Amino acid sequence: MRFLLDGEQREFARTLDGMLGSAGTPGVVRSWASGDHGPGRALWGRLGEAGVFALAVPEEHEGVGPLPVELAVAFGELGRHAVPGPLAETAAAGALLGRLGGDAAHVWLPQLASGKAVASLCVLSPGGSPYALDADAADAVFVVDGDTVRLADSHGPVQPSADPARRPARPLGGVVFAQGPAVTAAAAYAADVAALVTAAQALGLGRALLERTVEYVRQRTQFGVAVGSFQAVKHRLADTLIALEFAQPLVYAAALALAADDPAAGREVAAAKVSACEAAYGAARTALHLHGAVGYTAEPDLSLWIRKARPLRTAWGTPAVCRARVLAGGTLR
Amino acid sequence: MDLDFTAAEDALRAEARDWLAARVPSVPLPSLETAEGFAAHRQWEGMLFADRWSVVSWPEQFGGRGSSLLEWLIFEEEYYRAGAPGRVSQNGINLLAPTLFEYGTDEQRERVLPSMASGEVVWAQAWSEPEAGSDLASLRSVAVRTEGGWRISGQKTWSSRAAFADRAFGLFRSDPEADRPHRGLTYLMFPLDADGVTVRPIGRLDGKPAFAELFLDDVFVPDEDVIGEPGQGWRVAMSTTGNERGLTLRSPGRFTAAADRLTSLWHSTADPDAGVTALGDRVADAVIGARAYQLFAYAHASRITAGGVIAAGGSIGAESSLNKVFWSELDIALHETALDLLGPYGELSDEATEAPAHGSWAEGHTFSLAGPIYAGTNEIQRDIIAERLLGLPKGRR
Repeated sequence: MRFLLDGEQREFARTLDGMLGSAGTPGVVRSWASGDHGPGRALWGRLGEAGVFALAVPEEHEGVGPLPVELAVAFGELGRHAVPGPLAETAAAGALLGRLGGDAAHVWLPQLASGKAVASLCVLSPGGSPYALDADAADAVFVVDGDTVRLADSHGPVQPSADPARRPARPLGGVVFAQGPAVTAAAAYAADVAALVTAAQALGLGRALLERTVEYVRQRTQFGVAVGSFQAVKHRLADTLIALEFAQPLVYAAALALAADDPAAGREVAAAKVSACEAAYGAARTALHLHGAVGYTAEPDLSLWIRKARPLRTAWGTPAVCRARVLAGGTLR
Repeated sequence: MDLDFTAAEDALRAEARDWLAARVPSVPLPSLETAEGFAAHRQWEGMLFADRWSVVSWPEQFGGRGSSLLEWLIFEEEYYRAGAPGRVSQNGINLLAPTLFEYGTDEQRERVLPSMASGEVVWAQAWSEPEAGSDLASLRSVAVRTEGGWRISGQKTWSSRAAFADRAFGLFRSDPEADRPHRGLTYLMFPLDADGVTVRPIGRLDGKPAFAELFLDDVFVPDEDVIGEPGQGWRVAMSTTGNERGLTLRSPGRFTAAADRLTSLWHSTADPDAGVTALGDRVADAVIGARAYQLFAYAHASRITAGGVIAAGGSIGAESSLNKVFWSELDIALHETALDLLGPYGELSDEATEAPAHGSWAEGHTFSLAGPIYAGTNEIQRDIIAERLLGLPKGRR
């Protein structure tokens, strides 16, 4: 057993981190939120060149995957830099079409893998979202309804989200292009991929929030000393780190389970999703609190990160749904 | 990256599983915090030792199997899954032995380790003092040089297992003139039945004498029972406290097994029509927490195998602080949730004849409540995490 990222995986993370660090993502996020998708699409193209979306697409469709561990690594970096767009949805659409095959896979997967096309995905299910994320920016919106899948014709009005860079809208119309138990199975797999990468994204987001907050409390002084020397402040940050550190291995184990088609993969993904997203949401609350009024204001870039935590928590599996899923089986392993 | 075990690791797991299935008592031994239970547990340690299961990670010459950290984790998973007894020798095995391996002499290792592994000599830890809990640097008990050894005096308290144990280990101030409070300490081993030692058992929350006060009045300790250099006790002890907070004291197997039992309890008590309740969410969180702890341990073992932690120096100490806070809170959550699931039966103590699961949840709950206090309080651990892992400035505690 070697339950550690290998050198190549760590190098991949470093490369993405470096690329995104110099990409000015806060500006990209603000443009995306205002409905100007240009800078976001440009960044999307670069992510495609770096191979991020190919990780979810099988080799026979010009991808390199599916590689869930590498997807988790990549999405950690996307979350760390608060990259906007239907990221999880595009990866999940790749997983869905990859499993389904057929004409739609033939047409769309090479474009998704290269980053030339952006997809959104909506899986209508009890407790799930009726919205497709960023439908207004997507080249294709796939809708799974029970055992059918269709390509939507259009979408309803964009519904502003707690995170202004998320633009959910109801998908409308479209013709069914696949039907049957294979769709149900492929959609379940795609939803697991979406939940996994959302968890990884949340962890990256949480780590970025923790780092920024640690920096802030080191330099911010009150009562003549750095705020970060107060035990109450330290302990809150220590708890934030503990939550993130213990959620991380759950994300990698879930990725390995998905890669191995383990029957327990869905429960492993649910465990990863709930703990990673709770850790990230906790990190956001801590960041907000320890930045004081600064943390409660929209102008600083910090707000872009803070506002992502809440939607990620409920996207692709609410905490309640994930916990119920964990409970439905026996042990986790 | 993988979570696959080798054939040798699978074989060790199977061997341990078979051995335990054939020997774990069907009715749990009495609590090891009683005289009767202590004796029964000592006998169990002897059975483990006879087939080299008491100290699997030790070298073969001392009764172990030379197992890797990962193999030890596997053994512990099987041990707790089988519902095997708590380890009465664990203070010695987990706290004193690693120190002897690092700082002891060959003579000390040969003299102390085999009888520790067999349960013939059970060790108590004697760290804390009435005025020094997590703050070990403020210890006051003294060791005064004499011919051929030292004379120790003072008072130790909260000494786990000391009510029934044979020997103890602890830190003593040997140089009161030292310029810093953590300098001038010496690490010593001493018998609990020596002249000048008075042991006064202390009842823990449930009244059982889980620890004791030790009154030491001019007790002679020969030079051969000093561990490491005199005056270097702090450094020697720090290797032990890292162990105490980290994995070696609380292997994940303990929590994954408890989470399995909790899941079974949930499925047997939950109202199938009620759906998932708030209590169900707590069960799920405990299951997830146990899995997270297990996986974190696998990653930890992988890092050690890869040489990363050792190459990185002191990081293992700070990492063990992450562990300590996590497992101690997880342990309480597991037991509280079980007691809540048991409803009116949850209040029954392990001495009640009608207590569910032979009172193991009740006794486990009492034990878990001490977790955030001993081995360095969780407040101290959070300070360590904040200062050493996050780089926050030191401040007033």
